[in-house]
Amino acid sequence: MSDPLAMFAVALVAVFVAMLLVIIRTFMGPSLYDRVLSVNSFGTLTVLLLGLLGFLTGRPDFLDIALLYALINFVGTIAVLKFVRHRLLGAANPSRDIADSRDEIVKGGQA
Amino acid sequence: MAKAIALGIALFAFWLTLSGHYTLFLLSMGVASCGLCVYITTRMGLIDAETVPTQLRFALLTYWFWLIIEIIKSNKDMARIILSRKIELAHQFVLIPTSQQTDMGRVIFANSITLTPGTVTIETAEHALLVHAVTPAFVPSLEEMGRRVTAVEGAQA
Amino acid sequence: MTLDLVIQIASWACFSIGGTFLVIGALGLIRLPDFWARIHAAGMIDTLGSALVLAGMMLQAGLTLTTLKLVLIGLFLFVAGPTASHAIANAAWVAGLKPERLEKDEGALLGRKSS
Repeated sequence: MSDPLAMFAVALVAVFVAMLLVIIRTFMGPSLYDRVLSVNSFGTLTVLLLGLLGFLTGRPDFLDIALLYALINFVGTIAVLKFVRHRLLGAANPSRDIADSRDEIVKGGQA
Repeated sequence: MAKAIALGIALFAFWLTLSGHYTLFLLSMGVASCGLCVYITTRMGLIDAETVPTQLRFALLTYWFWLIIEIIKSNKDMARIILSRKIELAHQFVLIPTSQQTDMGRVIFANSITLTPGTVTIETAEHALLVHAVTPAFVPSLEEMGRRVTAVEGAQA
Repeated sequence: MTLDLVIQIASWACFSIGGTFLVIGALGLIRLPDFWARIHAAGMIDTLGSALVLAGMMLQAGLTLTTLKLVLIGLFLFVAGPTASHAIANAAWVAGLKPERLEKDEGALLGRKSS
């Protein structure tokens, strides 16, 4: 009951099951955005998995890797979305940016 | 200037957390690298209310506490929707008016809306946010959230 | 001795409830019918599920540097998670992805051609 390894193992099993379900959605996902969404969730679960593995093996240094993975996961998601929207990863091409009519919402929303 | 010092202290606290080794040599290296970072940031002209939000009030902590309770509530509702035998959804795009004065306040509000499952901010504008809600039951609590964010956002920078 | 027992019970509760929310969120990612509903299931994984598992790890680590690192990870997840969700939702909306049956649509008020 009070063996800490048991509770890490329980959490690890939950993370594994969640990862399995999420990766199924990544392969099934009808639209591209479903896939990006599930890959992002998969990254969050990987962060938890790294932390739990560190505790389970008694080496909490794994948390540095988990923190780094969280950063890379966020940047990767944004990079994929930017590539899909602008078709390039450098400076955004202003003529292809669709969100440019920022003020019209004020007139439309308040009316 | 005060903002530069605050940034330096925050960076050094971050360094101390990640380092874990506290010998004189390593500490002086940490101080030097933090000082270099602050110098470069100042030269790039990046020190303003957005990078170093010292204008935020201390009441942000109580707001976070309220937000956590709100997150737990909407997680429970969302779990009930997922686990119900027949999933019933009523998608809607709703415009939520914002009363915040600063960009920082609007960002906090939009991020809080997305943090509570069941509502996601889709698009931002000057005086409103476009929010997707999975059922209308998630919308009413957003009004109080907006009022609370306006209370903690701090003065115009 | 009693404090230790309380901490053990609390971290058991954190791990099991957090794990349950992780699995429910992942299940929602599979079960829910369209993208606009699935994004909320992913939000469940990002918020309460991961927060509770991290809280359980914090309780196990006690007052050490490890807990501070876990707090950093939690803070980052809580700032970056919604930002990524918003980016995905915004990209899907701009691309014209709509739910099949909209009960209420005030997006048209934006005066934007969202196909």
